[in-house]
Amino acid sequence: MEQNWLFIGVFVAIAGVFPLLPIVIARILAPSKPNHIKLETYECGMETVGDTWVQFKVQYYIYGLVFLIFDIETAFLYPWAVAYGVLPMFAVIEGVIFILILAGGLFYAWRKGALEWS
Amino acid sequence: MSFWSNPILVANEWLTGLLADLLPEAWATLISTIIGVVVVSSFGLILVIFLIWLERKVAARFQDRIGPNRAGPYGLLQTIADIVKLLTKEDSIPEKADKLTFNLAPIVSMIAVLLIWAVIPFAPGWIGTDLNVGVLYIAAVGSFGILSILMAGWASNNKYALLGAFRAVAQLISYEVPMLLTLLVPVLLARSMGMMTVVETQSTWFIALAPVAGIIFLVSSIAEVGRTPFDLIEAESEIVAGYHTEYTGMKFGLFFAAEFLHAFTVGVLFAILYLGGWRGPGAEQYPILGVVYLMAKSSIGYFIVMWVRSTLPRIRIDHMLDLNWKVLTPVSLALLITTAVLDKLFAETALRVPALLAGNLVVLVLSWALLRMMSRKARRERQVFKKRPEARAVQP
Amino acid sequence: MTAMQGVFLFTAGLILWAAFMMVTRQNLVHAAFYLILALFGVSIIFVLLDAGFLAVVQVLVYIGAISIIMIFAVMLTRGDVIEEAPVNKNYGWALVLAALFAFGLIILIGQWPAVASLAGEIDTSRDLAAELGVALVSPEGFVIPFEVASVLLLAALVGALMVARPQKKGK
Repeated sequence: MEQNWLFIGVFVAIAGVFPLLPIVIARILAPSKPNHIKLETYECGMETVGDTWVQFKVQYYIYGLVFLIFDIETAFLYPWAVAYGVLPMFAVIEGVIFILILAGGLFYAWRKGALEWS
Repeated sequence: MSFWSNPILVANEWLTGLLADLLPEAWATLISTIIGVVVVSSFGLILVIFLIWLERKVAARFQDRIGPNRAGPYGLLQTIADIVKLLTKEDSIPEKADKLTFNLAPIVSMIAVLLIWAVIPFAPGWIGTDLNVGVLYIAAVGSFGILSILMAGWASNNKYALLGAFRAVAQLISYEVPMLLTLLVPVLLARSMGMMTVVETQSTWFIALAPVAGIIFLVSSIAEVGRTPFDLIEAESEIVAGYHTEYTGMKFGLFFAAEFLHAFTVGVLFAILYLGGWRGPGAEQYPILGVVYLMAKSSIGYFIVMWVRSTLPRIRIDHMLDLNWKVLTPVSLALLITTAVLDKLFAETALRVPALLAGNLVVLVLSWALLRMMSRKARRERQVFKKRPEARAVQP
Repeated sequence: MTAMQGVFLFTAGLILWAAFMMVTRQNLVHAAFYLILALFGVSIIFVLLDAGFLAVVQVLVYIGAISIIMIFAVMLTRGDVIEEAPVNKNYGWALVLAALFAFGLIILIGQWPAVASLAGEIDTSRDLAAELGVALVSPEGFVIPFEVASVLLLAALVGALMVARPQKKGK
């Protein structure tokens, strides 16, 4: 197990070096003549008006919440799926009930109009 | 076992033996791990150079063009030329940008895609590392991709970039739900999260046991990559170029390369989870054949991704979210329940495959009927509530 | 195993540094990014404890979902708050209180005999994820908590939607 995760750890480090390499090479090769106008925020030539941090729709947040619930649900279901082969029928039904309760949650969110993009 | 039937294993044994003589055990392990990592990850990176050429060629054929044909035979060197060009392009960082986050975002985006390759089983015994939580690991690594988009969009300090990042994240987290659920179906059928075990247990390909889940997996994966028809995260007519508006030169190139590699990785994952991975005649004896089979099967998924890209127009954001939450998620939940119950009822019997296939078809037909009913109802409601403005005589 | 201890010390230092940076940043989005770094460190600790499943779930749920929701929530607030969060003037008191609390905890844990002994080796040849799955649905295991967790998630969803949903006009 430790060897497996050592591989992942080394992979993260090397996968970080690979994209860093072209950026460094580009820094050496590419010209660098910055000026104020070039470095302005790009809005197709128009000057930006006001702050970037405009207030966002609350809808993004609601989708995030629904996603979080399902994310945790599936995290519970993965060990159940791995153990599936040795589980008796009633244990499988327990998992199904677990899914159905959350499907009820999805149905509730749907009926309440939380899934509408308006 | 001769070198040509299993070159990686032979090379690995030779190398491990060599290192064990020269160095203490811990160092030998570390160095052989590093070499393994470099081999696997550079395979992905070299592949992407070829993939960009391939995709441009295929997309050109769909549009009745020839595509790149100047640099090298059949234009094969086109990507190399592009890389050289990108390397010599000025890299401008906007004044208002958050420098560190801005520079880190393309790197994180590339890492997120490359990390998937650590658990890809290429052939029997050829795998970066066979984690026992492999399938969930793939889903987890995807969250770094989401993170990189959010980093890029926020750090650019540009309204369009931030808007694009928000759209992207809303899309990616939404489609992660059916993706997680349809990743669960192969885990259920294989009774393991290890990628190698998932392939080994596919004496019948899982696409035969769970065809609908396979299609949902492919659709939600296309959305995860952010390709047409789900490319509203970089809809150029609305939000310039989305989260990478401010990126130039090689940093833009990294986002671009990460997207291409991710698109092919989707094909690879589809092949591994549903099309039997490296399985094929003779793959057990000659692992090198397994790689060929895997790449051939991956090309099926990748070709579908390219085909869809050239065929369908971009969909509207509310349609995109409705498709996910009101169609794909409920259907994949229903599929999960059907698969779980049927596979237990018919386990170890000859009826397993037909029963699961029939279950899938029933779910498909039922959800199709339900969908038709609902869309008809919605259309009726729209007609009732939306009164047309009436022409009235106005008093002068 | 000194290499493992080295990795542990490095990770622990990373988590503490990231956590410290997180609470001291004025910019809320920066704070969120440092939080993500700290959470990633925790998943490395899980790996060191041979809890691969928990490590992956940590990344999936905390980095992939919760931190994203946090950034969404930050973006829903006003822009000027993001740039410079207000500073609580009484932080000195809180610091003293927290230090005392931490000190007390360290002393308390130090008295616990198990703290000096090394953890037993985990038999990694077993499939721990499968055993967790069996335990989750077996009646002598955690079947009640498992189903209650599902109800809890449902309640969380309903509650969150009630709070977050924009009020309909005219009601």
